[in-house]
Amino acid sequence: MSSAPKVYYKTVFDISKEEFFAPGHGLCTGCTVGTIVRLLLKVAGPNTIIVNPTGCLEVSTTTFPYTSWRVPYIHVAFENAAAVASGVEAALKALKAKGLIDPNKRINVIAIGGDGGTADIGFQALSGMLERGHKAMYIMYDNEAYMNTGIQRSGTTPQHAWTTTTPVGRVLRGKLQFKKPVAEIVAAHRIPYVATANPAHFLDMMNKFKRGLEVEGPSFIHVLQPCTTGWRFDPRLGIKIARLATETAMWINWEQDHGEFRVTVPVPKRKHVKHYIRLQGRFNHLTDADIEELQKLVDKEVERINKVVGKEVIGPVVE
Amino acid sequence: MSAWIRIPLTSNYAAAYAAKDADVDVVAAYPITPQTPVVEKIAEFIANGELQAEMVHVESEHSALSACIGASATGARVFTATSSQGLELMHELLYIASGLRLPIVMAIAARALSAPLSIWGDYSDVMATRDASWITIIASTAQEVYDSIIQVYKVAEHPDVLLPAMVAYDGFMMSHTYEPVHVARDKSIVLEFIPKRKPSWNVLDPDKPITIGAVGNPDWYYEFKYQQVVAMENSQSILRQVFDEFSKKFGRGYDFIETYNMDGSDIAVLTYGGLYGTVVEAVDHMKKQGLNIGAIRLRVFRPWPTEELLKVLKELRAVIVIDRAIGFGAALEGPVAMEVLTTASKKGLNVALHSYIASIGQRTVIEEDVIAIVKKSLELLEKGVTITERSIYWGVRQ
Repeated sequence: MSSAPKVYYKTVFDISKEEFFAPGHGLCTGCTVGTIVRLLLKVAGPNTIIVNPTGCLEVSTTTFPYTSWRVPYIHVAFENAAAVASGVEAALKALKAKGLIDPNKRINVIAIGGDGGTADIGFQALSGMLERGHKAMYIMYDNEAYMNTGIQRSGTTPQHAWTTTTPVGRVLRGKLQFKKPVAEIVAAHRIPYVATANPAHFLDMMNKFKRGLEVEGPSFIHVLQPCTTGWRFDPRLGIKIARLATETAMWINWEQDHGEFRVTVPVPKRKHVKHYIRLQGRFNHLTDADIEELQKLVDKEVERINKVVGKEVIGPVVE
Repeated sequence: MSAWIRIPLTSNYAAAYAAKDADVDVVAAYPITPQTPVVEKIAEFIANGELQAEMVHVESEHSALSACIGASATGARVFTATSSQGLELMHELLYIASGLRLPIVMAIAARALSAPLSIWGDYSDVMATRDASWITIIASTAQEVYDSIIQVYKVAEHPDVLLPAMVAYDGFMMSHTYEPVHVARDKSIVLEFIPKRKPSWNVLDPDKPITIGAVGNPDWYYEFKYQQVVAMENSQSILRQVFDEFSKKFGRGYDFIETYNMDGSDIAVLTYGGLYGTVVEAVDHMKKQGLNIGAIRLRVFRPWPTEELLKVLKELRAVIVIDRAIGFGAALEGPVAMEVLTTASKKGLNVALHSYIASIGQRTVIEEDVIAIVKKSLELLEKGVTITERSIYWGVRQ
């Protein structure tokens, strides 16, 4: 709990001007995954192989004969990005050992997939990759539902959220279950580096990408990715909502570096969750009383995190 | 000193030896009965330093083939092996491996499919991969398993082909029985035949970034698939070349099909895999009894050997096909029988075709069964049956 997080990017001037994510992709206006990937590739640079399972990012950036990727890229299927990345990494290792490719060349292997492809259908492959200890970074962009097929509930959809498979009806109102704590489950694999990030805190996110690429062995970054289409908000609000997620502690940016846990974006004064909830159409059906219930759950989680850290890194709600 | 040593090997071990001698770079496989000894033997080779490769101990067959795809796309020579449910779990990826045009090689210890659960040998798993665009060889001896794996690396990696390939053999009857096999004393002789070069396929290389596995919309998808059709067609002549070259270099000859006692026989029994040995034995028995019957073995299942089969079919009055899988609800439930029939029809051949299903779930088939099948068909021919109404389920309790 003592040492500070590794900082590689202090200001925007530390960010490379080189672009490896080409303009002209087909992502929705206001989609925040474009921001995440653009910054990711600025951190990773050209010596990078990207593995991307089926999902929004894949279909929007690789329609033949076009591609948005200026680094080598492979898409195979929906549930197996971690296994494909394992194969890529194993091949690099073997070919280097045999001198068939330059053994001194460091090539980043990065898998980037959505919440469905990572935490639901792809979870087994992910767990396998982590357990085997491949040197690969897995990034989960979490838009909290199956957005590519048109907003169906996933394991990471938050409680109460409307989706097309958790509709708001007379009997049932939104998702009944809680959001799956993916980063914590990944951390239980005791891999070198696990973090949560959020594109509103982009320097924090980029530092985590950098750290994830640096460690020996697997790393996992769980990135919140506000989705204008599925969360039902104005396309210009993506980053604002991402920031509110952190300011309300609906989302906490933390990292676990070789077992050492720390909150990387402390929030001394919290905002009430209603500021986050009320901007999103997927929560339109929530009453003030429902939101107060939600606030209590967040308070409880904040208390737990502060206990883990050993001091108050997330403060009380101050309106 | 001969370049070859003769040792006792099961077909599983023969597959592992072939992978070792092909100097594969990455192996990703998941254990399943009856394929398991392949994985164990390869792990042993790596542990002993006899094979320098990365072994990815995947958590499923789905991940096994996924990892192979990733590794092959990075430029590695890769190998995997599976059976039955494992092959079914890979099913989705079979099509992706061929669609991405990756020369992955896989050994299959052929086994029945659940339910009910059966760990025993038949070809239900292999036949279910029929349309996955993999070059498919069904071997009938352990030597052939070893040799075929070496051959298909050369075919799969050929720039005019670039398709994955599988070599299948009977679960248990071959996977777990020992035969004498000539294996290379030193893998260099094998590597002269299948040298490790710069990959002939498109790979993930930061110096030359490309996108693999793009989205193919209606204005492009069809052309991609047609290119696969052409590749499969091309593989016919490349297989021929490779068989010839292999035979010249190593003195062991293989063809698309194998025949026995065809001279003067106008009726032949056609089957595949280890069962062919039983059929050949039965042919010898029948000969002693004054019955002259030929035997045909289908060795290359994909691409289908139309020309080679026509050459033998046109000399026949009747062909008896013993299938080892069931095509439930099909026009003729023997999957190979149906294709033999189509082959004969292509040239309007007047050959009778009797379709039998046998050895399902490794129900024992011995020489006497083959002889009884032939006798049954002789009766049917006398009754004027040219094509069996449906497949005949040999040895089943109805």
